[in-house]
Amino acid sequence: MFDLFLLQLLNGAQFGILLFLVAAGLTLVFGIMDFINLAHGVLYMIGGYVMAMVMGTTGNFWLSLVAVLPLTLAVGLVLEVLIFRRLYDRSHLDQVLATFGLVLVLSELSRIIWGSAPLSVAMPEALSGSVPLIGPLSYPVYRLAVIGMGLGIALLLWFVIARTRVGMLLRAGAANRAMVSALGTDINRLFMLVFAAGAMLAGFAGAIVSPILSVDPGMGDSILILTFVVIVIGGVGSVKGAFCAALLVGVVDTLGRMFGPILLQSLLDPAAAAQAGRTLAPMLVYVLMAAVLFWRPTGLFGRSVAR
Amino acid sequence: MTDLSHIHAAAAPRTRLAGRLKLALGVFAIMAVVPPVAQALDEPFVVVIATRMMIFAIAALSLDLILGYGALVSFGHAAYLGFGAYAVAILSRAGMDDLLIQILAAMAASAVFALVTGAISLRTRGVYFIMITLAFGQMAFFFFVSFSTLGGDDGVALAARSTIAGMPLLQDAQGMFYATLILLIAVFAGLYRLTLSRFGRVLTGTRESALRMEAIGFRPFPYQLTAYVIAGCLCSVAGVLLANQAIYVSPAYMSWHRAGELIVMLVLGGVGSLTGAMIGGLVTIALEEGLARYSEHWRLGFGMILILVALFSPGGLSGLLRRLGLVRDGK
Repeated sequence: MFDLFLLQLLNGAQFGILLFLVAAGLTLVFGIMDFINLAHGVLYMIGGYVMAMVMGTTGNFWLSLVAVLPLTLAVGLVLEVLIFRRLYDRSHLDQVLATFGLVLVLSELSRIIWGSAPLSVAMPEALSGSVPLIGPLSYPVYRLAVIGMGLGIALLLWFVIARTRVGMLLRAGAANRAMVSALGTDINRLFMLVFAAGAMLAGFAGAIVSPILSVDPGMGDSILILTFVVIVIGGVGSVKGAFCAALLVGVVDTLGRMFGPILLQSLLDPAAAAQAGRTLAPMLVYVLMAAVLFWRPTGLFGRSVAR
Repeated sequence: MTDLSHIHAAAAPRTRLAGRLKLALGVFAIMAVVPPVAQALDEPFVVVIATRMMIFAIAALSLDLILGYGALVSFGHAAYLGFGAYAVAILSRAGMDDLLIQILAAMAASAVFALVTGAISLRTRGVYFIMITLAFGQMAFFFFVSFSTLGGDDGVALAARSTIAGMPLLQDAQGMFYATLILLIAVFAGLYRLTLSRFGRVLTGTRESALRMEAIGFRPFPYQLTAYVIAGCLCSVAGVLLANQAIYVSPAYMSWHRAGELIVMLVLGGVGSLTGAMIGGLVTIALEEGLARYSEHWRLGFGMILILVALFSPGGLSGLLRRLGLVRDGK
């Protein structure tokens, strides 16, 4: 039982790290620009497709992974210039309308270009084995590598945000956008930078997950809502909050699906436990969010109440 | 500055309401002649599509009460579509086929759910409110997904449409259409009266500034919660109709996609005028069904229309009509 727990804990951490990569960009865009971007999940999907496409032509995993970064960055920049820039001053509802439209357009375009069938990406040779953990347990190297890469990026982000001048401006922008602008910073350039970096992170997440899951037009939708759950639990605008909440959501979701029915079996008869477990497991994340917002209406690391 | 604008705002409504009311009456008149025209053109399927359009117009109208008048953006509103639909499925299994009973049961269930979740959700503001309503919507969604006696994920087909006072009036497409039209007009008229009442004024006041309303002696919470419950109840009526129209009930009615689509309908039409919400619901379904007939990639065109409206027409379609001078004295 403990072995199973440990394995699921690692799976949960890996899922959480993935959520963090997508959520980090979204929470910054949201916190600093006060912009609701429903199309963020699509950038994750585009990362996966670019990965599958470059991999298909070159066959080199690492080259493809490196190629994803500038390409998703470019997609982010183009979207910022063409669409998002015009929406910063508008109401949240207009932003929802436009980005919802963009989700439809981009997922349909990828369906036209790459088809609806899921694409798979081969794992790199060097990472395709498993490593032994304690006792009889072993764990896939690739999943450990995902956790490692994610932690590395989290560390890098922390460094940029806490220790560099750009990071200082980001923190200041999240606290008071108008003041930063009045002090002579080109806030629009800062926005563009944040947006493109967020797009790149989401694209990177889509790329590294592609060997584990498959790449399909629905992958952006399925992660988008969980990403919003993460940034709201963490507190909008807080990267630290997004990190903690992402791990929390990843672990709770994974463990809940595994152990929820098992725990319930000790209380109910097996049939009822299976039924209740199926209900409760996917609900658990939302129960968590509702509970967090009940006791802390602006999330774990949230600052003042958003208007 | 504020004093003057308030005097102006108080004087404006009478003229401004006339424009949107006329537009709404025009929409009802056009809808009323759809079945005979469709029959004359030998396009019976148009009646089915028009029925769906009106069902979602009812859902969008109910959302407009809280979103447009109360600035409460609910991302869980599709749950009430589901409550309405499942009320039909559960009651018809128990042998209660009457539409009125089903609507009352759906409203009662929705009221209880809205009262509890609304009271909790209203602790939060802004985007946190959006997300906590999503959370409750998803809980309801997963509850019905795992409801295996009613088909679970796949949903369940109904034996027949509901009856009205023992008569199978909804059996043919025309009966279904006119029942929906009557309910649409009733919901519109009810909400129109409600938003002009003292209650509606207070609710609109909390939208503009909850702080000021509190300062002049109105606690926003009971008004907001009441509006939240009413909106849920009215949306469940759309759910009852949707189940009857499709003769099929599935948890997909209450997925977050649907909830997002309801918001999109409302914003597309224009928030806070009721007429805009109704037009948004009608146009969204018409576009979806219409574009889908031409291409399997209809989402591309639909998405582009949404982006263009968002970028170039603040206030949605009703804002566009106003700027074109087709409707005077808008919001």
